[in-house]
Amino acid sequence: MKYEAVIGLEVHLHLNTKTKAFCGCSTEFGNAPNSQVCPVCLGFPGSLPVYNQTVLDYAIKVALALNCKVQEYTKFDRKNYFYPDLPKNYQVSQYDLPLSIRGFLDIELGGKFKRIGITRVHMEEDAGKLIHQEDISLVDFNRTGIPLLEIVSEPDINSPEEAYEYLATLKSTIQYLDVSDCDMEKGSLRCDANISLRLAGAKTLGVKTELKNMNSFKGVKDALSYEIKRQTEVLDSGGKLTQDTRLWDAKAQETVAMRTKEGAKDYRYFPEPDLPPFIIKEDKVAEIKKTIPELPKEKMQRFIKDYGLSEYDAKALVASKKGALFAEECLKRFSDKNKKPVANWIIGPLAALAGSRACETSELGIFPESLVELIELVEKKQIISNLSGKVVLEEMVNTAKTAQTIITEKSLAQISDSGSLNSVIEEVIRENTKSVTDFKSGKANALMFLVGQVMRKSSGKANPKVVQELMRERLESA
Amino acid sequence: MSIDKKTVEDVAHLARIELEAKELEKLSKQLEHILAFIDKLSVLDTGNIAPTSHILPISNVLRKDEPRKSLPIEKTLMNAPDKQGNFFVVPKVIE
Ligand SMILES: [Zn+2]
Repeated sequence: MKYEAVIGLEVHLHLNTKTKAFCGCSTEFGNAPNSQVCPVCLGFPGSLPVYNQTVLDYAIKVALALNCKVQEYTKFDRKNYFYPDLPKNYQVSQYDLPLSIRGFLDIELGGKFKRIGITRVHMEEDAGKLIHQEDISLVDFNRTGIPLLEIVSEPDINSPEEAYEYLATLKSTIQYLDVSDCDMEKGSLRCDANISLRLAGAKTLGVKTELKNMNSFKGVKDALSYEIKRQTEVLDSGGKLTQDTRLWDAKAQETVAMRTKEGAKDYRYFPEPDLPPFIIKEDKVAEIKKTIPELPKEKMQRFIKDYGLSEYDAKALVASKKGALFAEECLKRFSDKNKKPVANWIIGPLAALAGSRACETSELGIFPESLVELIELVEKKQIISNLSGKVVLEEMVNTAKTAQTIITEKSLAQISDSGSLNSVIEEVIRENTKSVTDFKSGKANALMFLVGQVMRKSSGKANPKVVQELMRERLESA
Repeated sequence: MSIDKKTVEDVAHLARIELEAKELEKLSKQLEHILAFIDKLSVLDTGNIAPTSHILPISNVLRKDEPRKSLPIEKTLMNAPDKQGNFFVVPKVIE
């Protein structure tokens, strides 16, 4: 690669408190327009904001989970600009004394950890929603004043894949804290990106572009990939890049420069006089630190150590907190020392079923003990085949019956006794003399063909391992 | 302390105020006086004083995360210059 991409991400996160940041209006999503507003969040003169204790606690929790230093003295500032979704004509945000600074998040790519610096995590409020029509705009202020955190990364990200992984890890980490649903579709997590290119190995930064309007993690990755291509072409053709803001158009799969007015933005930040500062003492920080559960990275490392899982499997199992709790129950109950089959069943068939029902693996109504029973019937006792196992699993989800009941009802049990299998084997040998000759002349494939024929005749119920053993014995003894 | 017309124009734009040439002249002079007055503070040595971010000696004013009633829609929209259904209506602005 001739150029190196330098990427920084700015994430905005809704905190899932019951009420808004500065007033008692509900934060519920999807209600009638302007039904959750009051003089404070509408910015009426004379109203006085008072900050939500839970928001401050959640913000500290996120800052700590991202290894940030929580500042002892922090305050709000007014960020002034005019836009109709902002009734006060300023956003309450933080400028020079943010809640927390200098953290990091470790991301895992291809078996290696990379540390991405977090510049700051600060507190602010969301704006309202505009619905544009022919020549007017409709304003809904329900979202105005919903507590937001801004999480700014250092420009430590060097590829679209790393950006994607950073977002996935951030989301997973924050979901473990139960402070946000991190749903990009509902707008509770939003992401803007800064990207510039420089000659590989160069120290100075290139001209950066700000990317907006990405609606999914994949959108962020695609927009960055597009931008690397575009900037490379400009630089290679001897052109100069301009520092602009570009919008991602997911349909056209391209970024489009935003028309911006002359002159850099001037937000004229100043201390918010309506909100006194916060003094956050060490004991408060320690108290909140205690409420942080084992986070995905630590859990992943523990799963590898305690259950002998691969990095890939462990990472997949810990992606969600509920999923990880479920997986660990299963891993503990599985009576074999080798826990790989459990990971396979959860990451494979169970995750597929959850995906098709748009829920988590832990929400399919299957208890860990039921899943483990099924896995043991398939993998250890070989009562049913892997394929039947998947059918049984789906039936378990649909009917809430146990694996054993379904196997009996549908007579899915594998035939493993040599008595019943031998007659079928004899039949197959009689009907396939050519393959028998082939096997004897050294063609190993012929064995698999003959086993396949037995499986077919038994409608897939024969235990393939037993059939293979019996068939080999029979052919070699004849 | 002098202030040029360009700066006054920029500040007027930021405040979304349209000024005529005569007003610009007048306001530039007035602003110059105001700034000169404020500038008197610079005779003080504030090198060892932390910047004030709030004038009252209070901190950590917080409330519980408990929902309170929002305004009924009639009251919310009562003073709106323009409305449509439950919405406030504004001229179309796309940033
Ligand atoms: Zn309100």
